[in-house]
Amino acid sequence: MNVEDKIKETVTNNRVVLFMKGTPQFPQCGFSSRAVQILNACGAQFATVNVLSDMNIREGIKRYSNWPTIPQVYIDGEFVGGSDILMSMYQNGDLESKLDSETETAS
Amino acid sequence: MVQLSGVDFQRKCQWSAIIANMVAPELVKKWIEQGLSGSNAEVIGDGRHFEATVISSQFAGKSMLEQHRMVYSGLGDKMDETIHALSLKTYTPEQWEGKSS
Repeated sequence: MNVEDKIKETVTNNRVVLFMKGTPQFPQCGFSSRAVQILNACGAQFATVNVLSDMNIREGIKRYSNWPTIPQVYIDGEFVGGSDILMSMYQNGDLESKLDSETETAS
Repeated sequence: MVQLSGVDFQRKCQWSAIIANMVAPELVKKWIEQGLSGSNAEVIGDGRHFEATVISSQFAGKSMLEQHRMVYSGLGDKMDETIHALSLKTYTPEQWEGKSS
C-alpha cells in the first residue's frame, strides 16, 4: 500500500486522527503536545500517528493535506488544521461542536 | 592566511551550516508579505521557530484554514527547507482594527 492510501485508510477508519511528533505519552514537540492536551480537554477519542517513526508518512501527510507543518488534525476524514486552528476552535467552542456532531452521526 | 586543520575546517563548516539554517524574523516577514501581496506581517522568532501575525484584506470571507493556507502557499518551499515551525494569527484589516481598539 502506498503512503497516500495508508493515510487515507487511517483518516477514514478513525473519526479523529492526530498526526503528531512523538506520542501522547511522550510528545516530541510543543505544538504536538498542545494538540494532545486540547483533544483530551474535549474528552475526544482519537487515534495518533507518530510521524517521527516513518519519514514517508512525515512527508506524505504534508502532501496529502497540502499543509506544511505537524501536528495535523483530521475529523471525519476532513483536514481541520494545525495546533493554531485547533486552539482557536477550542476557545470559540467550534471544536467541541464538531466533535459532538460526529458522535451523533455515529449513534 | 590561517590554515585550518582538517577537523577545525570541518567544525567551521558545520557551524556555518547551522547559522545559515537560521533565519531572521525580518526575513520571514518579508517572505510572507512577498508571498501574499498587500499583506502586513509582524514576525517574532528564534531563527527556526516563528510566530507571525498577518493582516490582509484577501482574508475576507475565508475560513481560518483557508487564510493559513494562503500564507503557507505564499511561502512555498521555504516551509520545507528553512522555516522549521510557523505559528499564525490571521486577520482582515477590519478585524485587526477591532482588536486593537
